[in-house]
Amino acid sequence: MLETVGADSEADLFDIPEAVRFDEEFGIEARSESAVRREARRTLGRNDDLTELLGRGHYDHYVPAVVDDLAGRQEFLTSYTQYQPEVAQGFLQALFEYQSMLAELTGLDVANCSMYDAATALGEAATLSQRVRSTSGDRVLVPESLREGKREVLEQYAAGPDIAVETYPTAEGTADVEGITAAIGDDVSMLYVENPTVSGAIEPALETLGEIADEHDALFCLGSDPVALALLERPADAGADVVVGEASSLGLGTAYGTGMGLFVAREQYLRQLPGRLVGAAEDASGRRAYTLTLQTREQHIRKERATSNICTNQAWLALRAAIHAAVLGPDGLVDLAERCARLAAETAERLDAVDGIRAPVHDRHHFREFQARTDQPARAVADDLESAGFAVHVVGDHRIQVCVTETTEPELDRFVEAMEVVA
Amino acid sequence: MTDHDQARWTADEERYEPLLAEKDTTEVDVDGGPLPEDLTRDSLELPSLSEPEIARHYTRLSQMNYGVESGPFPLGSCTMKYNPSFTDAVAGLPDAAVHPDRSAESVQGTLAIQYALQDYLARIGGMDAVTLQPPAGAAGEFTGIRIARAYHEDRGEDRSEVIVPTSAHGTNFATAAMAGFDVVELPSDEDGRVDLDALEAAVGPETAALMLTNPNTLGLFERDIERIAETVHDAGGLLYYDGANLNALLGRARPGDMGFDVMHYNVHKTFATPHGGGGPGAGPVGVVEDLAPYLPEPHVRETADGDYERHAPERSIGKVHGFAGNWLVLVRAYAYIARLGDEGLADASAKAVLNANYLAELIDYEVPYGPFHHEFVASAGDQDAADAAKRMLDYGVHPPTTKWPEIVPEALMTEPTETEGPETLATLARAFNGVAAEDDATLEAAPERTAARRIDQVDAARDPTLTWDALDGKGGED
Repeated sequence: MLETVGADSEADLFDIPEAVRFDEEFGIEARSESAVRREARRTLGRNDDLTELLGRGHYDHYVPAVVDDLAGRQEFLTSYTQYQPEVAQGFLQALFEYQSMLAELTGLDVANCSMYDAATALGEAATLSQRVRSTSGDRVLVPESLREGKREVLEQYAAGPDIAVETYPTAEGTADVEGITAAIGDDVSMLYVENPTVSGAIEPALETLGEIADEHDALFCLGSDPVALALLERPADAGADVVVGEASSLGLGTAYGTGMGLFVAREQYLRQLPGRLVGAAEDASGRRAYTLTLQTREQHIRKERATSNICTNQAWLALRAAIHAAVLGPDGLVDLAERCARLAAETAERLDAVDGIRAPVHDRHHFREFQARTDQPARAVADDLESAGFAVHVVGDHRIQVCVTETTEPELDRFVEAMEVVA
Repeated sequence: MTDHDQARWTADEERYEPLLAEKDTTEVDVDGGPLPEDLTRDSLELPSLSEPEIARHYTRLSQMNYGVESGPFPLGSCTMKYNPSFTDAVAGLPDAAVHPDRSAESVQGTLAIQYALQDYLARIGGMDAVTLQPPAGAAGEFTGIRIARAYHEDRGEDRSEVIVPTSAHGTNFATAAMAGFDVVELPSDEDGRVDLDALEAAVGPETAALMLTNPNTLGLFERDIERIAETVHDAGGLLYYDGANLNALLGRARPGDMGFDVMHYNVHKTFATPHGGGGPGAGPVGVVEDLAPYLPEPHVRETADGDYERHAPERSIGKVHGFAGNWLVLVRAYAYIARLGDEGLADASAKAVLNANYLAELIDYEVPYGPFHHEFVASAGDQDAADAAKRMLDYGVHPPTTKWPEIVPEALMTEPTETEGPETLATLARAFNGVAAEDDATLEAAPERTAARRIDQVDAARDPTLTWDALDGKGGED
């Protein structure tokens, strides 16, 4: 090969000025495959084996083995963006099916085939609210209880177009209608509401909030996830214009925050959407085929006038979510969602019976998670629980948050017993 | 025509796979269950199939999809190298699956891997500190440019411009605009590199940063990188390194040594994590010491006792991802780097560059610019590059990136990567040369041997149909 290219050595092929050549070593020692696996297993083994009663935006649901099997097929896993749709029909169809399922779950018209996570999807929704013609103004309203990290990500996206991120108060863990009425004005381009909220509370006045947003020509943006959407009020029925959130609650399970942002909107915003879209088309033989479409919104065509800089997204996780949804089917998905609501209620009731705990803090129905008041300092309670093998969130001096799904349900008796000891 | 027949790409109508919803759907009533009915939806309609049916559906779909293990994938700028399977096994370790809100004390193993990867990447890039949080290359760019803005603002400077070479990735332009900067486009010189005079003219008190890919999208090393760095720094700007082409330089040169202040790594390219049909990837960002205080929080560091902790850098720009980035991708990159080590990484760049040069020698299309490194941009000449690419599909290989960068007419941007052997490169060359010898009519009729024939993208965009509910008979039986 060297002879063919006319070089004496591979090093000769590098056209790098001597002054910037790297002649040293990184100091990274190569290991065998088995050694790397052993080392990684040993290192990760330093993680304590805790039962995680944790949520607040990252959820654990059991992922059927068939999801790993099918999504793990190399044709899916090692392919890339479908620039040559004729040899990417499989992935394109799977993404089209994902978009279709999200449309059904939200009642809205168009879903893109993923954002990075819920936080970046929210950031993109804020910038979308600046681009669409139906809104004006440069303020977006978010709940004061918004997860801090999500707020920080939103601020990154808001900084460029000079959007002011302002908060509205919450009451009983959900949006305070009076507070929103006071905070909103015609200079608000987006009202963001979560259902369920970060504390697991289910929003009781969704339609009213949609009407308020509508009165002020603000985008009504709803944060949720596909499991909750299977049960809770359909966003379209509450007047939602955009739905964002964490779609990795299907198909992924706990993954140290690896996420997959869902982004669904009404059709009128289609040409302003960020991210990739798969459309049905026809091929030269007149048969249905799928392709990435409306790419003139995207950075590789539109450069600085693109709707977003997103290129690589979370497509493989969208595939996983779609397979998981297909395996569950509508019955399975609704059952799972009902279980999430039932478990939150039952667990709160059981904790409320423990001396030193009041739960739930918020007089609301809950989904997966809820907050509890602790007589003892919450930090101490959480530390003691950790020693007993359980992880919970500390959300205030005397407040913890507990998330329960079907994966942690079998540990609930032990958890309540532990709480009786530490509370 | 070819020894690389892919029989499963068939025009057999019977083998077309219907949509899930066309097989069977059920609408279930939602009666509220444990919730009052005013909080719940009325019904939900979704596909309703057995697990074996679903398994066959997705298996069939996978057979209509081309991955790196299907054959060569020389998609320029995307570094479609083989993804070693063992990294999947590492990412799948049960202990890797922890919640991001766990206490630092209880996830020392995860933090240790994060710390080790930060350290590896810093060494490889010649950077002083690295964040793993950005979830993709474009997110890394955004992080880096946000850091540049914070840095300038701290010095009381409100710089408004980011300079981007004409030949740069589209993300660079979009990123600068998203971060609120005006984009100043920088033309190339006749050799395809940064035009120093144009750069001199472009920099000034408004310059926040120059975003540069090196080797650039033509595969050419920016030989004047030291002068470029000096020019930008003298104007008070920062130099940003787009890591898309880092695979060419592994162990040969480091952005930090060239004068770059901030860079992103595309771990799904350089460090062989699977591209997943479009993602997830990951886009860690490295910075020099002066910029380390601006990194996203939390950052992982080692304590005096040899434990690991999360901390907020003192002037942090805040978070750029809701949690810790694409962890499942990052842990694969860690495993890949640990497996290769110094020698393997340097060997990767050597073979990547050798393979590109070898393939370029074998093909009949002209390659106007050089000396190139891990990729080259050939010109399809009188042929339409997009048509040529479609025809290459009939030869059973994935074609190069087409019609970009625009500086080469009818561009075929080709990156064979280090993981292909000479026989596969010869197969690729036969595809290039076969297509080069064919007439326009043949090219325009291609592809013929793929799951779908040429797709009418203009029509797809004119009448967007994005869900099965919207299909209404389009190209289908319903």
